[in-house]
Amino acid sequence: MSGVRVLVGTRKGAFVLTADAKRNHWDISGPHFAGWELYHIKGSPADPNRLYASQSSGWFGQIIQRSDDGGKTWHQPGTPPGEPTTTPEGMPKAESNKFVYDTSPETGKPLTTHQWYDGTAHPWEFKRVWHLEPSLTDPDTVYAGVEDAALFCSKDGGQTWQELPGLRGHGTGPLWQPGAGGMCLHTIILDPSDPGRIFIAISAAGAFRTDDAGKTWKPINRGLHSQYIPDPTAEIGHCVHHIAMHPSRPGVLFMQKHWDVMRSDDAGDSWREISGNLPTDFGFVIDVHAHEPETIYVVPIKSDSEHYVADGKLRVYRSRTGGNEWEALTKGLPQSDCYLNVLRDAMAVDSLDPCGVYFGTSGGQVYASADAGDSWAPIVRHLPPVMSVEVQVLP
Amino acid sequence: MIRVALPYHLRTLAKVDDEVQLEVDGQVTLGSVLDVLEARYPMLRGTIRDHVTGQRRPFLRFFACGEDLSHEAPDAPLPDAIATGAEPLLVIGAIAGG
Repeated sequence: MSGVRVLVGTRKGAFVLTADAKRNHWDISGPHFAGWELYHIKGSPADPNRLYASQSSGWFGQIIQRSDDGGKTWHQPGTPPGEPTTTPEGMPKAESNKFVYDTSPETGKPLTTHQWYDGTAHPWEFKRVWHLEPSLTDPDTVYAGVEDAALFCSKDGGQTWQELPGLRGHGTGPLWQPGAGGMCLHTIILDPSDPGRIFIAISAAGAFRTDDAGKTWKPINRGLHSQYIPDPTAEIGHCVHHIAMHPSRPGVLFMQKHWDVMRSDDAGDSWREISGNLPTDFGFVIDVHAHEPETIYVVPIKSDSEHYVADGKLRVYRSRTGGNEWEALTKGLPQSDCYLNVLRDAMAVDSLDPCGVYFGTSGGQVYASADAGDSWAPIVRHLPPVMSVEVQVLP
Repeated sequence: MIRVALPYHLRTLAKVDDEVQLEVDGQVTLGSVLDVLEARYPMLRGTIRDHVTGQRRPFLRFFACGEDLSHEAPDAPLPDAIATGAEPLLVIGAIAGG
């Protein structure tokens, strides 16, 4: 293995961090897209030099960026650097930032509203891409989870996007409500053993699964209990924050819900709580060790009213028993006067041995552990607030 | 020749350092200027006005000759000073305060 590449999205740009397999010394590249919000950057498992980035701004909307050289250069898909941006006829080559909800009767029910915070009907309005999930096998195929919640797919390297309308049209869509951060589709998990199976999660609608590549969907929220909604065990309405899966066991899912850490052993058909001895079970991130499918990581956050770690201590909690029994990992992490948050897409693991674990904070630090969480050190300390962290092992 | 002054982030996206200069055939309106701007710089499509509705994005405003044109109809003629290139059309990110 020649090294690792960590892709960091922040409130004010993207950063690419690289190191050799020892993971001791890091080179920092960036900011890319300075001043823009980078909700997510992720590389293709089929071609590690193919990266996709979601760049957005409240003023100027959504931009999709793509790199074909591991983050050295970027372009909006369809307009490669150095080439004309239009066809000889003067037409734009691509519309890589065009996300238009499919409301055609041919592809599903023409949904036009979901519920607003106060329960009134509210039109679906595209705001931004929260998460980009490249195909496991095709570098040109990539999924986008967007706000207001919907799933889009591009099969031409990000040049054009089409909604998979069966998700919003499956029946419960008009009842979905936004979470505090907006009504975002933030988690997309592709099943490596079954190309037709995709898991997604929406705040605050819950988790959903398709078994036919996105044509039809069903809510998978049985066993979730959310005390602050009118029916705590409703089919939808749960504020799922993140879901993680180990590729060797695609039927086992781990969830950090708003409150509660949950586990499913039947691909989401039912869930049980595994919060166990965690000091608080509110949080955003959750991830699975690259080589131990029963070893999972969370970063407990004090509460939904105080979005920072408890007791002024930044602690990653690790369970080696698939939940319930948790140990605090503190070596190298600040243990006093610390009031940081770690957002839902801001943790990742690498597949080296020992497994590397990475997470980014609201204070702009990216911490790395090269020993599966036993000890930590910051790669960088002073970036803008971190929104996402992904890692690639380079051949 | 029409002059358009873009905000910093849109100049970066379009890879231009200064004002953009455009040739607009026919009547010079907000709509016709933005049509030509987006045809020449397709990476700006969707950043100033919505892809589908064509409406100005809510946090952007248009000014020219000291006037706020943000709420003008897309087919309303722009001032002569814009049509002749004497003054630029300003695309500005709305910011409260300084």
